[in-house]
Formats: sequence, structure tokens, C-alpha cells
Amino acid sequence: MQKENTSIDLISCGKTFKDGTRALEKINLNIKGGETVVLLGPSGCGKTTLLRIIAGLEEPDDGGQVIFNKEDVTELFIEKRNVGMVFQSYALFPNMNVKENIGYGLKVRKLDTKQIDDRVSEMLNMMSISDLSFRTIDQLSGGQRQRVALARAIAVRPRVLLLDEPLTALDAILRDRLRGEIDSLLRSLGITAIYVTHDQSEAMALGDRIVVMSDGKISQIGTPREIYFHPENEFVADFIGTINRISGNNLKKLASVEGQELLFRPEDIEVVEKNISHLTGIVKASFFLGEKTRLIVNYNSTEQLSVEGKFKKEYKIGSEIYLKFNLETSITLPN
Amino acid sequence: MKYYDYPKLFVLALPVAIFFATFFIVPMVQLVIVGGGSDAGLSSYFSILSKPRHFESLLATLILSITVTLSALIVSTTAGLFLVRNIFPGREIVLSILTFPLAFPGVVIGFLIIMLAGRQGLIGKVTNGLFGEKTVFAYSMLGLFFGYLYFSIPRVILTIMAAAEKLDKSLEEAAKSLGAPPHRIVVDIIIPALKPGLIASGAICFATSMGAFGTAFTLATNIDVLPMTIYTEFTLNGNIAGAASLSIVLGLVTWVALFISRSLSGQTIAVSG
Amino acid sequence: MTKKQLFFLQLIFTLLVCSFLIIPVFLSALAGITENFFIGVKSGFTLRWVFEVLDLYSETIYLSIIIAIVCLFATLIIGIPAAYVLARIGGRISRIIEETIVLPVAIPGLAIALALIIIYGGYRDFRSSWYFILVGHILFTLPFMVRSVLAVLSSTNFKELEEGAASLGAPFWTRFITIVLPNIKQGILAGSLMVFTLSIGEFNLTWMLHTPITKTLPVGLADSYASMRLEVASAYTLIFFIMIIPLLLGMQFLSRKKT
Repeated sequence: MQKENTSIDLISCGKTFKDGTRALEKINLNIKGGETVVLLGPSGCGKTTLLRIIAGLEEPDDGGQVIFNKEDVTELFIEKRNVGMVFQSYALFPNMNVKENIGYGLKVRKLDTKQIDDRVSEMLNMMSISDLSFRTIDQLSGGQRQRVALARAIAVRPRVLLLDEPLTALDAILRDRLRGEIDSLLRSLGITAIYVTHDQSEAMALGDRIVVMSDGKISQIGTPREIYFHPENEFVADFIGTINRISGNNLKKLASVEGQELLFRPEDIEVVEKNISHLTGIVKASFFLGEKTRLIVNYNSTEQLSVEGKFKKEYKIGSEIYLKFNLETSITLPN
Repeated sequence: MKYYDYPKLFVLALPVAIFFATFFIVPMVQLVIVGGGSDAGLSSYFSILSKPRHFESLLATLILSITVTLSALIVSTTAGLFLVRNIFPGREIVLSILTFPLAFPGVVIGFLIIMLAGRQGLIGKVTNGLFGEKTVFAYSMLGLFFGYLYFSIPRVILTIMAAAEKLDKSLEEAAKSLGAPPHRIVVDIIIPALKPGLIASGAICFATSMGAFGTAFTLATNIDVLPMTIYTEFTLNGNIAGAASLSIVLGLVTWVALFISRSLSGQTIAVSG
Repeated sequence: MTKKQLFFLQLIFTLLVCSFLIIPVFLSALAGITENFFIGVKSGFTLRWVFEVLDLYSETIYLSIIIAIVCLFATLIIGIPAAYVLARIGGRISRIIEETIVLPVAIPGLAIALALIIIYGGYRDFRSSWYFILVGHILFTLPFMVRSVLAVLSSTNFKELEEGAASLGAPFWTRFITIVLPNIKQGILAGSLMVFTLSIGEFNLTWMLHTPITKTLPVGLADSYASMRLEVASAYTLIFFIMIIPLLLGMQFLSRKKT
């Protein structure tokens, strides 16, 4: 599979729909060739609209431009943009079997039968679904449909691969497994990929860079580590993982941080013996999640913290618990 | 994707637009004009209220349609609920029988009523054998009633069964768990839940009965339902304007009834009769 | 009352209703092949009435079939694209247009026929040809084709299928032919059966629009009910049943397949 290195540039792309909904503020975005970029955000944040503008299914408002590798494709319909798209509900054609679905884009491009057959076989092998060649769509499971949708999108050797929440419709175990498969597929193809999801663990696992969106705007762009350890604003801090807010007045034992508000991730709060602790709390709830335990701890009678760790010991509800903080692990938002 | 396809959508819509404009919209508009075009002018539209014959015709048609609708609702709901909830050998056949009269034209149904209750009808023969007197009611209001019932039952039963299938069983189970006896469940839970379906199919039934022509045509003696009045005005009296105005009024009534039905159920079922 | 008693009561009621609907059909079929219905079955069975009907009314049968076939083609050509456009446009405009297309079903056939005669009655050749009747049939049956196809389109999320095809490079007409049409086959089939059946049995419009040389089957039936003896009328009705009941069974079969 040749490496596709199409870079994508969005210049000043906003979107207001006919009924007046402002789905996207003017966005500028640069995506490097071969990168996997994840558009992450809650529903209504505009991530799908942005994807559809890149695809050519929606037009940006006046002044917006979509550029593939220095070529302005803003005026091109999706039929001519040569993108590969995987839809949330897969959009597999019920009147065709798996082979015909995968070969559809090639048929439209008028390749001859042998070329189509060869390429389809290549795809079937790559996705390990050769035994499904002649099945009809309604005979496939969710995971199988997913693979067929991917194969169909890639078969035409698109410049860019666009995925709209492809794993949302699947159950948790399947999602985990397919996530890994998609990850290795994208890496081996080296293709520029844009992936839309609202699931942050998916985003972290798959993205070279993550674009966190909210209310039609970009909140932050960065690598998974950057987003997680150095959120640039409240929204990102809250959306990615859990964030604990604690007033410095409670942590006088730690350092002179009165009047400040400190942010900590649950896994950065240590459970220790009373004599070296900074704060005493009462265990309100305890969730054993297998590889870790999450404790909800009350302090100052009304305030709460979320604490996570690999605790072998079981902390009973209502019992006292002693917490230690490390300023170095606290998260500071640039202001 | 949406906007640049408009020219092609326009092309696809042309056949229906041209055909419809030519053969429906223009004629119907002309009909409205003609209806108000006689010497009486617009008031001919109110002739339905002023001329005794027209008014009686309207009344007769209304009473007939309402009676048929209510009867059809009762009969079809009883049979329909039974069929939805019970499986027994031959159920499919019963269902077939109950729904195939849908596409019988009204004339044929009139004839079937004659076979049942006409001078050589089955019912006449039976009562003759039992009581020595032949009962013939095909050519009376009763015959008309049964004819209209004949084409109404299939229509109503289909809609009712569709609605009954969608009933939430858990509501009835909740009522049962609270101690409600079967007849209360029917009255308190089932009928209210079926209400939209009942209104929708009732409206279709009413509209069809109002506009039915063929059945009355075959059974006609001296009963004049509105469609028959319109027919005689046009063919016998040459009163085009009168026929036109009556048609418009009838058309409005049936359209309103069907509109109510469609907005409640989102479906149309074959209309003939 | 026990459950079993209730069941049987309802069963008997339902069977009574069934008999009300089907006994007359049997009776008329019987009368059509009985020598003399007044005497009854004792007079013996015969096909002479059937032959007499074919003798007198065979053109009506042919004409009805021809009109039904042409009507079917017309509704396919006009109705399928119309349904697609309605499904694509969506929204209030689409519903208004749909309401308009359904009007010929809502308005009594008498009124529509009257309107057609008023406007086009003057064109002698058109007025006295079977095309005049055809127009009425198309108006009346078109909504059923449109609604049938529209129903399938609404349930299939075809917009996403089209976007999928477009993302793979298929232009509009390719998408229409390779994706949209194959996936509405069920709707087309159901609509076709309905259109054909309704056209064969159409009376309200046809009675007003017909002339002595353009008589359809139902018009002939009305004629025979008024002027022919019972056995002939029954035989004629029997022929009608033989034609129409397979169609009705076909429609029922299709709708069962859906569920």
C-alpha cells in the first residue's frame, strides 16, 4: 500500500445551517500528511460538521476554504474529492453482498473486472474477512460490518480517510478489540486520517493529535499527553479524565498555597498514614473497577474528591482516610 | 450535496408536476368556478342547506356514514383485538377473508348485498323456510347500511390491528398487578391507547362512506345519498353548476375527514366503494 | 366468565363477521354456474352463463386489463421519481405536496370526473377514447405508488446510503440507478400490485368518464346488474373475482413478508 501523504488545511471554515443553527465558528486547522487526528468533544460540539466539511458533504460558509496538499477543493463535491469515509451506521448497501460493496467505488471509477477483483481480494485479506465475501449485509454482525465499511473506504485508495464515530454502535469488548485493529491499520497504511469520537479513551488511544472541541470552537489541539497533563482551559481539564478542584486553604500543611485553587488528577492523590498526610477525609463511596479502585472522599463535610489507585486494601464507607498531595503533579491552567 | 442536486430533482419532479397540474389542479379549479358560475352564483354552494332535496340527501348520507362508522369500529375492534392476541389454526385464513374485500368496487358489493338480502337472496330463502315470509331488505336503507359496512370492516380492522400490535403490554400487566379485572382493562387501558387508531380509522370510514357511489348505484331505488344526488343533477337535470357545487362540498367534507385521519395515523388505506 | 369462554365467544363473533363477508361471494360464484338460481342448485351446474358473459362483455375485460397495465407503467414513471424527490426534500413542503398528490383519493371520484369532463369534455377524440379513463385511473392510483415507495424510502435511511455512494465517487444518476432503485424494490412491488388491483376495480371515476365504446369491467358489471338476469350478472362477477382475488392474495402475501 503506497503511503498517502495528503495534508489538509482548513481556513476560516464556519457553518451556519439553513435553520439558523450556528454549528461551527470559523476554524483554522492544519493536519499533516500521514497524521491521525481525532476530533473529540461532546455531542453538538461541531466535530461531525467539521468532518463533513472536509469530506465535501457540507459547504463551509462564505470565505471558508478546504485545501488538500495545496489544492483548493472547497468547490469540489464529495464525489470528486477522493476521500474514504466510514459512517457511524456504516451505510453498507443492502442490495449488494460484501464483495460488491467493497468493489463499488472501483466500479464507479470504471476499473476493469480483473482490477476490481484483485483489489477487493486484497482488501478482504487485509481485514481478514475473506470468508464473508458473498454474504449480504443483514447477515453480518456489527464488528463485521465495521470491517466491510473500512475495506470499502480504503479500496479506492483515498487521499484521506474520514471516520465518523465508527465504534459507537458496538459493545464495549468489541470496541476495545476493533480500536486496536483500526490503530494498526491506520499506522500500516500511513494515510492521513480524521477520526471523530466523543469517547476520550478512544481519542487518546488512536490520535497522534487530538482536537478538543466545544460549542463549535476548538478548545485545544495537542498530543494525548499534552492534552492530559497540560490542559489549557477549564473545559479540556474537565472533559479529559477527571479533575479535582481543591482550595489551597485546605492544604496549608503542603505549602503556602492559600487563596489559590489547585487542580489534581485522581491518580495523583496518595493515600497515606495520618502523620504524613495533608488532608483528612471520610470515604463516601468506593468503586472497585478491577485494575484500580475509585474512592469518593468527603472533606470539610461538603466538599468531594475523586481518588484513584491500585488499593489492595478495601476502604470502608464512613471510615477516615488520609490524603497526601504533591505540588509537582498539580495541573496549572495558563491564564 | 443537497443544493447542487436541485436541478436533477427538478427534472425528476417534472412528470408528476405536469400531469397533476394538467389533469387535476386546472380541472378542479374550474370545477370550483363552475360551481359558483350559475345564476345563483356563490349561493349555489349553500344550496346544500337551502334546497330540501339536497339537504335531505346530505342528512341521509351523514346519518348513514356515522352509523356505519360506529358499527364498523365496534365490530372491527372486537374482531381485531381478538385476532391480534390469539393464535389458532386457521387464523391466517380468517385474516385473509377479513381483509380482501378492500379492493372490491362498490358496485360488486351492492350486488353481493343483493345476493344476501335481495329478492332471490339467501336471507329471504332462510326466513321463508323458517317463518314463511321472505325478508328482503337489500334495496332499503338497511341494505345500504350493510353494503357500506361490508367495505368498511376491512379498512377499519387493518388500522386497528396495526395499532393494537403496538400496544404496550406492560401497561396492561401493571393494571393486572394492581387488581384490575379484564373489562376494566379494556375500558381504562386498551381503548384509550387505541384512541388515535380508532379516530384515524373512523375518519377514513366516514370519508369513504360519504363519497361512496357504486354501492348506492347498484342498490338504488328511492334512497338518495349525496353522490347519487350529484349524479342525477348532472346526468338527468343537466345542472352542471349544481352538481359541481355539491361535489365541492362533498369533496371538502371527505378531505377534512381524511386529513384528520392522516395526521393521527400517518397512513392511507385503499379507498374505493 | 372464564378465559376459555371469552375466547370462544370472540371466536364465534369473528367467524360470524367472516361469514358475512364471504358467504355472498360464494353465493354469487355459485349463481354464476347454476342453471337456474331461482330453482337452486338442483337445476344443475353449467358454464353457459360464463360463455354468455364472455360473448357480451369480453371487450370490457380486455379494456380493463389494458388500462390497468398502462396505468401501472404511468404510475411507475411518474410516481417513483416523485416519491424520491419528496423523500429528498423532506420537511413541510414535502408534506404539502404529498397531501396534494393524495387529494384525488380524498375527493370523491364523481367530483374529479366532473371536473375532467368540464375542462376536457370538449376535445371529442380525447373524450371518447380510453385515454380519458386512463387519466382518471392514474390520478386515483398515483398516490398509492408514491406512498408505497415513500414508505420504503423513509425507513431505509437512504440519505446515508447515498452519501456513502457519493463518498466512493458515484455521481447522481449512478447513485439513483445502482443504490436508490434496487433498495426500493419492495415498495415498487407493493405499489404496483395495489395500482393494478385498484385500476381493475375502479368504478366511481370510470362510470362518469366512460362512453358506450369505452366500457371497463366494473362498468359492464353495473350494466349487467341493472339489465341482465341474476345468473349472468353472477357469472360476470365470478370472472371479476377470478381476476382480482389472486392480486389481493399477492398483496397480502407481500405485506406478511414485511412483518
